[in-house]
Amino acid sequence: MIEFILNNQTIKTEQPAGSTVLDFIRYHKKLTGTKIGCREGDCGACTILVGAFENNKLVYRNITSCLMPLINAQAKHIVTVEGINQTELTPVQQAMVDSSGTQCGFCTIGFVMSLTGFVMNQTQTNFTDAIKSIDGNICRCTGYKSIEKAAKILSNQIEKRPTHNTLNWLIENKYLPNYFLGIEERLRKILIQQFTENKQAIKLGGATDLNVQKHQLIKKSIVQNLYDDPSLKTIEKINNEIVLGASVTVAQFSESNIIQNIFPNLNKHIKLVSSSPIRNMATLAGNFVNASPIGDMTAFFIALDASIIFNTNRKIKLKDFYKGYKQLDKTEDEIIEKIIFPIPSSTTFFNFEKVCKRTHLDIASVNTACLINVDNNNIIQQIYLSAGGVAPYPKYLSNTCSFLLNKQISEIVLQEAITVMQQEVAPITDARGTTEYKRLLLRQLFLAHFKELNVEINFIIN
Amino acid sequence: MHTQSHHNIFIGPEYPNHVKGKSIYVDDMPVMEGTVHVKIFSATIAHAKIKSIDFTEAEQTEGIIKIFSAKDIPGENQIGGIIPDEPLLADGEVHYCGQAILLIAAENEDAAEDALHKIKIEYEPLEIITNPRVAYAKGKLLSPTRKFVLGNSSETFKNCKYVFEGTTETNGQEHLYLETQGAYAYATEFNSVKIFSSTQGPTAVQRTVARVLGVSMNNVEVDVTRLGGGFGGKEDQASTYGTIAALVTFILKRPAKCVLHRMEDMRMTGKRNPYSSDYKIGLDDNLKILAYEVTFYQNGGAAADLSPSILERTLFHCTNSYFIPNVTATANSCKTNLPPNTAFRGFGGPQGMFVIEAAIDFAAKQIGVEPYIIQQKNLLQNKNELPYGQIIENCEAEKCYSNTMQKANISSLKNEIINFNNTNKFKKKGFALMPICFGISFTHTTLNQARALVHVYTDGSVGVSTGGVEMGQGLNPKMIQVAANALGISTIKIKLETTNTTRVANTSPSAASSTTDLNGHAVYDACQQINTSFHSFIKKDLQLNKEDVVEFRNEVLFVNNQSKNISWNELIAKAYLARTNLSAKGFYATPTINFDKTKEKGHPFSYHVYGTALTVATVDCLRGTYEIDFVKACHDVGTSMNEKIDIGQLEGGLVQGIGWMTMEEIVYNEQGKLLSNALSTYKIPDIYSIPKEIDIEFLDTQNDNLAILKSKAVGEPPLMYGIGAYFAIRNAVLAFNPKSTITYNAPITPEKVLMGLYNK
Repeated sequence: MIEFILNNQTIKTEQPAGSTVLDFIRYHKKLTGTKIGCREGDCGACTILVGAFENNKLVYRNITSCLMPLINAQAKHIVTVEGINQTELTPVQQAMVDSSGTQCGFCTIGFVMSLTGFVMNQTQTNFTDAIKSIDGNICRCTGYKSIEKAAKILSNQIEKRPTHNTLNWLIENKYLPNYFLGIEERLRKILIQQFTENKQAIKLGGATDLNVQKHQLIKKSIVQNLYDDPSLKTIEKINNEIVLGASVTVAQFSESNIIQNIFPNLNKHIKLVSSSPIRNMATLAGNFVNASPIGDMTAFFIALDASIIFNTNRKIKLKDFYKGYKQLDKTEDEIIEKIIFPIPSSTTFFNFEKVCKRTHLDIASVNTACLINVDNNNIIQQIYLSAGGVAPYPKYLSNTCSFLLNKQISEIVLQEAITVMQQEVAPITDARGTTEYKRLLLRQLFLAHFKELNVEINFIIN
Repeated sequence: MHTQSHHNIFIGPEYPNHVKGKSIYVDDMPVMEGTVHVKIFSATIAHAKIKSIDFTEAEQTEGIIKIFSAKDIPGENQIGGIIPDEPLLADGEVHYCGQAILLIAAENEDAAEDALHKIKIEYEPLEIITNPRVAYAKGKLLSPTRKFVLGNSSETFKNCKYVFEGTTETNGQEHLYLETQGAYAYATEFNSVKIFSSTQGPTAVQRTVARVLGVSMNNVEVDVTRLGGGFGGKEDQASTYGTIAALVTFILKRPAKCVLHRMEDMRMTGKRNPYSSDYKIGLDDNLKILAYEVTFYQNGGAAADLSPSILERTLFHCTNSYFIPNVTATANSCKTNLPPNTAFRGFGGPQGMFVIEAAIDFAAKQIGVEPYIIQQKNLLQNKNELPYGQIIENCEAEKCYSNTMQKANISSLKNEIINFNNTNKFKKKGFALMPICFGISFTHTTLNQARALVHVYTDGSVGVSTGGVEMGQGLNPKMIQVAANALGISTIKIKLETTNTTRVANTSPSAASSTTDLNGHAVYDACQQINTSFHSFIKKDLQLNKEDVVEFRNEVLFVNNQSKNISWNELIAKAYLARTNLSAKGFYATPTINFDKTKEKGHPFSYHVYGTALTVATVDCLRGTYEIDFVKACHDVGTSMNEKIDIGQLEGGLVQGIGWMTMEEIVYNEQGKLLSNALSTYKIPDIYSIPKEIDIEFLDTQNDNLAILKSKAVGEPPLMYGIGAYFAIRNAVLAFNPKSTITYNAPITPEKVLMGLYNK
């Protein structure tokens, strides 16, 4: 049985643990404000808010309910538009109406929920954050300019939002109904589930890819939640290494102060990775085991020379995890528990590049990450390069790295490195681009790493 | 007529409902006990004979009620709207991937899904054609070739100083209405059905259902509350899903629901027609375009659908906003093995305009002038004759163009861009101007008619029914405005009812940007009829003279401009007691329009809409990505009756057009299988990819026009501003690589940009 709070109502349900929260709220609870647009997390019409304890604090995040398995709702507060509606429009709803941010109305609820999540979230303070909150919401009538105006109105309003007793302020100002005051206490009384291992079960993290690819299978299977296991949620600095729990989400990773301090350009990089609602659900280990050839975080961590540790205590380099298309060096019973990477030194440069048809909320045509250490003579002391979209799995560009190591950066060296690199990749033509394009793009993004490192690359213009 | 100034920002009751999640779409309707869920088993091969099909095991699956094949259709297995060339369920042959073959009626969706995998089918493959030129060469046309001729182009080329030829391509576009296709139906008494459909064309659904079920149209009731977007994709193709639900309920006598999953929708439905085109353009010394020849090869897909009509509009707009005295335009609708392509905002117009813009751009680059110099010299003026014989009146082309040039300060902008490009090695900017001239009316003259039903209830409240469908374009608020205006009462007294074929019959689809004009005039007519009977009652009751002018202002009676302090409610109640008719059926048929297809000449449009947009784009020449810096435009709205709605339509159309021209790439493989079959592989603009700034100025004109309340149609025209984004990005590519061999092939995806930046 799964127990949680849906809006103001406590739910105890025997519905399949692998079915989606979207189907539960729409078809079992008849809350039809939440819409179905794509069932793959790419449109945001089904956006809801999920309240859960993070570091013992109740935090609300927007997520796409089409991808969230019901089991992941255990002991959480699920909020749909019906759960924020009051007699009068909320300030978020009012802002959307006043700025004509709605046309056909089908995507509108998703925007309303994301923007409500924005005003509720203490860490989100300005217009840029407001826009970020709706980066997973698609409007086909494309009233984006009007929606931007609504976001502007709201980011002005929350300048008055106090840092303490925020919830009271939100309720006084009608962003939320009164019942929100009692939620924290009610939630604490619901047990989080026991995380005993079930060998037969399909293991679920955020399920952001499994629920796209294998929705029917998951719905009918026994599932086990790894997502909320507290032992898999830690972010620690231990000696010269960062140790991450496997279920740390991309959002938690990117918001962590420890991590922010290591990567000065982290926000820029993470902005290229899916969307806010997906980052709020997707786990790092989930991205690794999914083994998608264009997994963004996988490319990112391969270049960090990351290792993974299984529940069996076996430890391997992430770059060695992949054996072929969707083939992993992992037994049936092995589960990733920890992700470890050495903290790059202060002189180390790290960069992540990604190009797709649409810059944001899209899957890469080619992505690549690069960690590089160059001494005063421009000699490469250390280099890790990864690339996605150019091989059947996320590729560590080992030959290119070996070639570049201990060489002085020059036009000739880079040209030769490109030749080496082209020999160790084999991109295929698909909906994300032709072979020729992906090869050219890989060259360009390889050079982009060096340009970001302030190396002159004008030689490619001729 | 008294206008209320607050009307031009009127929002209506719809939007507060939207933001609360209370607006109801087909899938939100409470289902009745015993509802059957319908899944479609469709072709996985684009062209084949069906050798055998076996669904015995599938039908025995738990939860399956019945599996329907073409044999179960009681009437005609035919859904073709213009040409009867499309079966509802494939019978013997399939002509595209995604074509419906069987319908699985099940107790629930999961059971239907299970059964789907138990159907055994064997195909005998036939030749697959996906390219319209190949289809043309093999004589596979969906309808006869059309040709518009003005003057004598071939003779004139001999006198031209410059003559250029070229080829262009524009790809399709997925509608991606956020609400997928769907319908809910149940059987009613007397062998009838009632269908709740997500359709732009309630009568099209009604007519198709009647044909397929073999019943009369009065046995079929279609009701539409609103759509979660249509954009043309639900003009004709919604009929398929309405008919499927109707067929199942008609046979099983249980309510039936058929709502498509997004991937089913993308796989099964047609898109904007891709075009491949050849042009030849001739100019004189002064850069006047003297002659233009163009041949269009439209990719129609496997059935005619609306393609012949779309083809016609391509011809109507083949010279865009320019006067060209000698034109020969030929258009072929080619039959391929893709899902039947269909209406999409612009309806063939954008495809025609892209070609003339490419021709001008190519000519300008060859001659060595800015394209805008050629554009500006050839803009339409009053009394110019269009290739289809209509004479231009109330032309706003030059005014919009020069206003936009001034607004953007073109000469200093040009210098800024040159300076930017000189100082940035890996970032280049480009700009383009895009004038538009779009004809308003259905080009099929018959469709330019509308009806409306207006009831005034005894408490003074008003119910309005029209044949138009609200799909986000703001029809309902505008209809409320028209009725409020005509009756002289507050907008809050008026409710827009659902669109229902038993209340308003023989509707034209909500399309061609004409819905507000046609239905608005019909509402106005109905209100005037009520005014006539109501006002004559008032005159009698208050013993006024026949000549006295009676009207309501904010629900208060005015006689000869004097307030009488008697309210609307009070007089309505009295009028009812005195047995006055307080209901009326309004009618409107657009006057003055005509078109003779045998001569390809006439006056098909009630008016034209003009405008010009300027787009500036920046290309990242290292990565091949781009951003739109801004779009500035001056657009002819006539006299806008609702600025908020109109600006939403303008910005929305623009962004949709930019999507079509930039990132939206439909990919079929050679086997006719859709590869861009989900939102993960087909990308439409998100909030980060829109222009950083959009600044659209209304050209407010007081000219008389046939638009309702002089507020010109605004649905489709702005989409074509998006074409400017294509040329702006292309120009930036050329600033980096002047020798680039980049062709006129839209969309200009990051792939085409990067390949264009680095080819030699």
